[in-house]
Amino acid sequence: MPQSRIHELTPEHPQVKSRRRGQAISLGQLLPQAIADAFRKLDPRTLARNPVMFIVEVGSVVCTYYAVASLVTHGGESGFLIAIAAWLWFTVLFANFAEAMAEGRGKAQAGALRQMKTETLANLVVEGVVTKQIPASQLKKGDVVRVSAGEVIPGDGDVIEGIASVDESAITGESAPVIRESGGDRSAVTGGTKVLSDQIHVLITSEPGKTFLDRMIALVEGASRQKTPNEIALDILLVGLTIIFLLVVVTLQPFAIYAHSPVSVSVLIALLVCLIPTTIGGLLSAIGIAGMDRLIRHNVLAMSGRAVEAAGDVDTLLLDKTGTITLGNRQAAEFLPMPGVDETEVAEAAQLASLSDETPEGRSIVVLAKQFGFRERHLTHDEAVFIPFTAQTRMSGIDWKGERIRKGAADAVTSWVREQGGTVPPEVDAAVKRVSMAGGTPLVVVRNTRILGVIHLKDIVKGGIRERFDQLRAMGIRTVMITGDNPLTAAVIAREAGVDDFLAEATPETKMELIRKEQREGKLVAMAGDGTNDAPALAQADVGVAMNTGTMAAKEAGNMVDLDSNPTKLIEIVEIGKQLLMTRGSLTTFSIANDVAKYFAIIPAIFMAAYPELKPLNIMQLHSSQSAIMSAIIFNALIIVALIPLALQGVKYRAVGAAALLRTNLLVYGLGGIIAPFIGLKVIDLLLVALRLV
Amino acid sequence: MIWGIAQLVLFFAVIAALTKPIGLYMARVYAGERTWLDPVLRPVERLTYRLAGIDPEREMRWTSYTLALLAFSVVSAFLLYLLLRLQGVLPLNPAHVPGMPSDLAFNTAVSFVSNTNWQAYAGEQAASYLTQMAGFAWHNFMSAAAGLAIAVALMRGLTRHTAQEIGNFWVDLVRSVLYILLPISILLALVLISQGVIQNFAPYHTATTLTGTTQVLPMGPVASQEAIKELGTNGGGFFNANSSHPFENPTPLSNLLEMLAIFLLPAGLTYTFGRFAKDQRQGWALFIAMALLFACGLAVIYGYEQAGNPVLAKLGVEQHLSALQPGGNMEGKEVRFGIANSALFATITTDTSCGAVNSMHDSFTPLAGGMAMLNIAFGEVVFGGVGSGFFGIIIFAILAVFIAGLMVGRTPEYLGKKIESKEMKMAMLYVLISAASILGFSALAVMLPAGLAGRLNAGPHGLSEILYAYTSGTGNNGSAFAGISANTPFYNLTIGLAMLIGRFLTIVPLLAIAGSLGAKKTVPATSGTFPTTGGLFVGLLVGVILIVGALTFFPAYALGPVVEHFLMHAGRLW
Repeated sequence: MPQSRIHELTPEHPQVKSRRRGQAISLGQLLPQAIADAFRKLDPRTLARNPVMFIVEVGSVVCTYYAVASLVTHGGESGFLIAIAAWLWFTVLFANFAEAMAEGRGKAQAGALRQMKTETLANLVVEGVVTKQIPASQLKKGDVVRVSAGEVIPGDGDVIEGIASVDESAITGESAPVIRESGGDRSAVTGGTKVLSDQIHVLITSEPGKTFLDRMIALVEGASRQKTPNEIALDILLVGLTIIFLLVVVTLQPFAIYAHSPVSVSVLIALLVCLIPTTIGGLLSAIGIAGMDRLIRHNVLAMSGRAVEAAGDVDTLLLDKTGTITLGNRQAAEFLPMPGVDETEVAEAAQLASLSDETPEGRSIVVLAKQFGFRERHLTHDEAVFIPFTAQTRMSGIDWKGERIRKGAADAVTSWVREQGGTVPPEVDAAVKRVSMAGGTPLVVVRNTRILGVIHLKDIVKGGIRERFDQLRAMGIRTVMITGDNPLTAAVIAREAGVDDFLAEATPETKMELIRKEQREGKLVAMAGDGTNDAPALAQADVGVAMNTGTMAAKEAGNMVDLDSNPTKLIEIVEIGKQLLMTRGSLTTFSIANDVAKYFAIIPAIFMAAYPELKPLNIMQLHSSQSAIMSAIIFNALIIVALIPLALQGVKYRAVGAAALLRTNLLVYGLGGIIAPFIGLKVIDLLLVALRLV
Repeated sequence: MIWGIAQLVLFFAVIAALTKPIGLYMARVYAGERTWLDPVLRPVERLTYRLAGIDPEREMRWTSYTLALLAFSVVSAFLLYLLLRLQGVLPLNPAHVPGMPSDLAFNTAVSFVSNTNWQAYAGEQAASYLTQMAGFAWHNFMSAAAGLAIAVALMRGLTRHTAQEIGNFWVDLVRSVLYILLPISILLALVLISQGVIQNFAPYHTATTLTGTTQVLPMGPVASQEAIKELGTNGGGFFNANSSHPFENPTPLSNLLEMLAIFLLPAGLTYTFGRFAKDQRQGWALFIAMALLFACGLAVIYGYEQAGNPVLAKLGVEQHLSALQPGGNMEGKEVRFGIANSALFATITTDTSCGAVNSMHDSFTPLAGGMAMLNIAFGEVVFGGVGSGFFGIIIFAILAVFIAGLMVGRTPEYLGKKIESKEMKMAMLYVLISAASILGFSALAVMLPAGLAGRLNAGPHGLSEILYAYTSGTGNNGSAFAGISANTPFYNLTIGLAMLIGRFLTIVPLLAIAGSLGAKKTVPATSGTFPTTGGLFVGLLVGVILIVGALTFFPAYALGPVVEHFLMHAGRLW
């Protein structure tokens, strides 16, 4: 046995270890671009998309006018008015900068992807022969092209003829070539990838300009970014609060005049900017872009922000058993000898019978038998005749030293024994049943006409998957295992893996019905799939993650594509979705909580002249009216910058229940949001005084 | 002090004990189930439907529900307006009260149809017995019933699964009056009569006082009016002095009963809500949040009133509580009720949209008066008006769930209903409309001579009077900083508009929420769902109410009650 084979059989860790994309882009490369973009985004037409920051910009313009006017007329307070105007502009710029930083990584990646879109020539095939070469951009849906070794595939499509190894590293980042062949679930090829060997005919399935590569570029660049439902609702809250504060500030002037203490327009605007939720308003789009970017770094392409958001809301995860919950293949777990037979004897016979069985199951029998000391056999064809496994006989074996050793499916082997004139002892049936009941697959081993024993083939649940499911349960997400197995087997695996429910003997129809049933109950369903017959279910699910190795139909139907083709990643996708929502909520709470301290800074400052008795409200004991107002707007601007890393990385997600999460986050962002500005304002005030700026 | 606090605790203990039985009863009434009053009331109910041509089985979408409510209100407001204009020539008018001028009649009609009972007139001088009974009492029942109907429609919206309808407005209205308001009012009126509240059609008495002067003692059917005044959180007194008048509120027991009647239905509705939600904890969570806010407000008012006025203390006036005197600030308070029961009444009446008073809020210390005003400005969600308190706090619950709900990593849900952009739009509209009305009209009043003319006091207290008037109008409370002279065309018109806006403009977004939530699927709760029952949610809800209220009104209050408080300590009074 070559060592490498054994290696393959050791359970891999289910944690996704995807090659993170775009890590090469350093901060040093991003910064200059982001700073330039921050200024470019001052264009009111762009800024109007963000009502909160738009108001700040309008305020900045008005304040600048008053600052300039005071310079011209040599009115007092010029320095103060200029400082207010300057810091309001900074507030806008910082918010723009946050968005530019979030976009930066995507833009750099899009640039790299664009380079792949170099003009290739396609060999157009009509009625089986290449007729002419046309530029790839002129290919239409339904065209057939021939791609030979060394050529770049000109567009997305399905292989309709031939088999080839394809280098898809441009899209997936994975350098090992993959096999693409006509028919089956591995027929999809992506434009921009390169054929390494052989030759294939590809039926083009995408219109020009709408290829996978085009969509990918648009996605990472954020060009097609639409506001998600949640973002829209949050925007409404922010706009509503902004209008309320506008009202508060506008009506404050009449009250102030009543109190014989009118307030200057610049100070009113400063108050307004401090009160409206600029922190979350400035960071909202950065959070959304960063969330998409996080997915891309996990090698997942989401077709819309809506899908990412839905991922956070998922109630039910449908997971395929094979490949997701269990390792792809069953493995021999134990030998059950018949009465009067030694276990070693069974092991030896099983190993001999499996030497010619190249299936993973067969190999695992050889490996298990090694534990009984059988290894390194050198059999030549002179001494032995190998009987390979076929789908018809459902047996494999060996004729060796005059003995006929076979192993295979229980009914196949028993009928073979009867044909040979042997008898099947009742213990065989009992053992076979026991294995089935335990969720395994029984294989029977026979030497000549004597049944030696039963091999227990077992599904191996991936290590660590149970803990993942426990975490999901804590998050309130139900996992349902989908399998073609019979209910008995499915139940055992389900129990072992710790899923909440299972769907046995699943067909595309029952899968679809399950999704519909969950959705009728108001639940959101996520699933992963690759085959063409998964396509309807992928489309029906709220979050459908198609594997990149899958068919074009599946990729079209899902709203995400996993370039690593790792179904377990569904769990990460859910976490990223939740993290996105949490980050928004936390910063919203923080932003609103901040206002309390700002009131205590600005209100006494504004009316101190008319009512010195309001001094007790100045609980931070800020130096003067001007220093108090300056501290508030400086804090308000700087907090945006300070929170950019949090907005880009997202609030840390822990797989605990909602109640525990809420408690922590309320404490940190709610209570913290009330307390932090009191400290921040005081520090800024002290600095301003120390630097003699006020 | 101990006895004072003991009375406050007693009051709350009784309310807490009554919440479940009354809530349970209301749940049965609105679910159309059998109650023990059915043998008597069921035939009356059926007859009403037949006479009015109502099909009680036909439920309405939120749009028809809203239209029915608005149409009903417009028609009945117009009828009241006519009655007020014509009362001079109509019967049951032994005191020969003349018809009201148009601006006052508009203000009064709006005031009663909106459950505000702002009274820009003195009841005993401006309203005939017919007006009191057929006009005011009718609206006291109907506006309260309409509030209950809206609350129940919202409960249905919150708890139904993919339903288009939210109930039948006429059925909710009729059942509210017949099964809830009428029986309790009758019972309460009888008990009040036993305490000495008058109930007659006699002409006003002329009496000779001990000093030999003569005094006119107004009479009238007071007890029947009094009961629904409190029970329906209407607050419009038969007499100008409202519940401080001995004919309206003669004894400590009548005082307690009147206070209980104000909180009874609003508190019960939280339990009814729990029934609708099939999870009593949902109702109790709201109840506890309300109780906390109630305790905070009461502590402020009671504390500052008992502490008294430092300026008087400097003059050597004894303001300490002793066996011989209640201490504290007794200006504008009945000696019968003292500090504790006046502070309690003031808290209750401003927590709800009642507005009945047994002491004069204008005479409170600045922060106590400011707290009363803030209670109203919060949206009267502390138990709140009959029905309106419930739907007000639901708006805040939706806001709280939305702001903090995202923090658990899911689209925010309340009772399994996703809170999305439509609900946010409507909830923000609700908050915005109230804030705009209060701040906008107040700013207008301080800018115009017509507004400034109404003040009794100058300086910050004058601003408080104006702010309080529009807060009370918008909040449909009806109490006043009585110093203000509100019976002018300017105030009659603007406060009238504030009352209309505060009631009917907010009802539309509210019922829109009911309709939109009702049509949604109910997502089953999991451990990943934002829990809206525990202490965390209660704290969050209280926090959101406090922060939204404080952020909106702090700047204005800084120039009103807050600065007045500091000035008082500096020795300046207004």
